[in-house]
Amino acid sequence: MTESPHADYLAGLLRSWSEKPTRPLSWLNELRAEAIDRVSKQAFPTKRDEEWRFTDISTLTHLPYLPSRPETSLQLQDIDHLFLPEAKNRLVFVDGHFHQQLSSLKNPDELIIGNLPDFSASHSSILESHLGQHAAFDHNIFTALNTAFLRDSALLIIPKNTTVADPVHLLFIAIQPEVTSYPRCLLIGEMGSSVTLVEEYATLAQSAYITNSVTEIALAANAHANHVRIQRESKQAFHLANCSVALDHASRYQSTSLSLGSQISRYNLDIRLAEEAAECSVDGLTLISNRQLADTHTCIDHVKPNGTSHQQHKCIVDGAAHAVFNGKIIVRPHAQRTNSSQSSRNLLLSKTAQIDTKPQLEIFADDVKCAHGATVGQLDPEEIFYLKSRGLSEVAARNLLTYAFGAEIISRISIPSLKQQLEQIVLNQTQSN
Amino acid sequence: MINPNSTPILTVRGLRASINGTEILKGIDLTVKSGEIHAIMGLNGSGKSTFAKVLAGHSAYEVTGGSIQFEDKDLLELPPEERARAGLFLAFQYPIEIPGVANTQFLRLAYNTVQAQRGKEELDPLEFDDFVREKMKLLEMKPDFLDRSVNEGFSGGEKKRNEILQMALLEPKLSILDETDSGLDIDALKIVAQGVNQITNKDNATILVTHYQRLLDYIVPDYVHVMQAGRIVITGGKELALELETRGYDWINENNSSIAGVLA
Ligand SMILES: Nc1ncnc2c1ncn2[C@@H]1O[C@H](COP(=O)(O)OP(=O)(O)OP(=O)(O)O)[C@@H](O)[C@H]1O
Ligand SMILES: [Mg+2]
Repeated sequence: MTESPHADYLAGLLRSWSEKPTRPLSWLNELRAEAIDRVSKQAFPTKRDEEWRFTDISTLTHLPYLPSRPETSLQLQDIDHLFLPEAKNRLVFVDGHFHQQLSSLKNPDELIIGNLPDFSASHSSILESHLGQHAAFDHNIFTALNTAFLRDSALLIIPKNTTVADPVHLLFIAIQPEVTSYPRCLLIGEMGSSVTLVEEYATLAQSAYITNSVTEIALAANAHANHVRIQRESKQAFHLANCSVALDHASRYQSTSLSLGSQISRYNLDIRLAEEAAECSVDGLTLISNRQLADTHTCIDHVKPNGTSHQQHKCIVDGAAHAVFNGKIIVRPHAQRTNSSQSSRNLLLSKTAQIDTKPQLEIFADDVKCAHGATVGQLDPEEIFYLKSRGLSEVAARNLLTYAFGAEIISRISIPSLKQQLEQIVLNQTQSN
Repeated sequence: MINPNSTPILTVRGLRASINGTEILKGIDLTVKSGEIHAIMGLNGSGKSTFAKVLAGHSAYEVTGGSIQFEDKDLLELPPEERARAGLFLAFQYPIEIPGVANTQFLRLAYNTVQAQRGKEELDPLEFDDFVREKMKLLEMKPDFLDRSVNEGFSGGEKKRNEILQMALLEPKLSILDETDSGLDIDALKIVAQGVNQITNKDNATILVTHYQRLLDYIVPDYVHVMQAGRIVITGGKELALELETRGYDWINENNSSIAGVLA
């Protein structure tokens, strides 16, 4: 075992790993055993690790937050304000544990949806070929921990050529203080299928806890997924998340992710355009204040020719908050005629706010189109003047422009009720005065 | 329309302004009375847009001399938003784009701000929607411009129409249209001119900054001024624009003193 100051904490965590899956499956047990083996061989990253330069998680590793236990006291009326009227299918997880009564499945014949253990026997072979296969845990201690504690998981399989008309809402609610939860999602989009998925992390208590989540998305040829991810955890929480996406031939993945909550959050989004003509668009908005830290690391890996990726990431940083964006784009030698663009735009609302943005292009093919740019700034004085010349006060003009900066990303969300909710959040957070 | 009994809306005397230490406006005198339409012409870089932006209160320009009276107010004492609320409107030569703000939201915000100032009723989104759609019809604008972001991806002509729409909504006392005709096709020019003509009446006034006589066929000015190197060097009636169209600007310099003297 690597000697690290966090060895005690890890040892404690591992001791708590005693639960066996309810219906033991040899491959699932092996996966968990493998993960736990990897946990014991890794240490928590420190600021000396290049990938964690700006994000100091040492406070987190000193917190003895044990894995959460299922909590069943929650009632529908406690959380129905978080529901989306458009989403006919909803899976609710409380502190990472599936909650049947709060979930709602309206058209289950259209798709396979539910909690992993209910399908692990009936769909064993498809699960075995995807679960834990996209989110590698050899060099990622958080993914390894999540996999080691893997029990409940949101599962979605969209059958061949099926378009799921209504969005699916995966709602992960944190209610217990000082615990660690391990949310997990798996989306398998079969050939020619299409779905909109909302993955949301919310809380009912402004307390400290740790969320360590892993999402895996695999899209077969010509499949499409629109993935909206909302992180609005408690302002005291620690949110560590990994999402791995594998794209087959001519599949399309659209991602809109929002980082709003948490004291410290880290979101790793890895997209592999594994076959020809795959497409992805990746939009992100970080909106933080006070002493929050939000770190987004994305990696878009073009493996085969004719792939397309478009990325726009925005940060609005107020107070003494700190946003990090690291956007890696890899174009491998065979990925000719790749078309890729990346833009990172950042707005600092106070003198003590901080942003570190780094585009990272690794291009090994010659026939590629790659555009990228990053800006860090304040509001444009010409835009302020334009609004004032129409009668808006200085404060109203600034507020509107700050709002607009964030709203541009939110406008890409196609679910009206969600869009409205989020616009309201951005509005509240960007209105000084 | 010139009316000897009308009152001045705008009185500019000896206005000087600079940007980054470079003096651009070098002593402008101009009086605009209610009911009048004034055209300002002049070579590129002569200071027309600078004058317009100084009137609107752009903070990049430092006013180093002179005075601007707007009705009973000292305009130079007012920040841009209060000038707008007092009834001054500038249609920009280059309207900016604001991604993320729906045009309808922006228009309503501006409208309600000005309405509130005038002690009039503000409109809720539904009421405003009806109201703005009527105004858009006059300008032959498609309703989907309401849902799009302010000016984002609008063509040059569409941006200009959106400026005139704002003018129609805000019903200013004094409208300054900075090259609103540039980039308009002939049909659009007629529509915009019609819009302006509908808004103008005996109680308000308009300043048109333009390079083209063509616009003045549709919006007939009472006065035409020529700006040169930060000054108004010559003032005439609408026939001056025709003369400039055929003769260019060179002859002005030769006759500068005498003509300016006659017209002063
Ligand atoms: N920031 C600046 N620093 C220095 N000079 C400036 C600055 N901004 C404008 N100017 C100069 O001021 C002068 C007047 O510009 P202005 O835009 O007012 O001209 P204009 O008459 O509107 O021209 P056009 O017909 O081309 O629109 C120009 O010579 C321009 O280069
Ligand atoms: Mg100009």
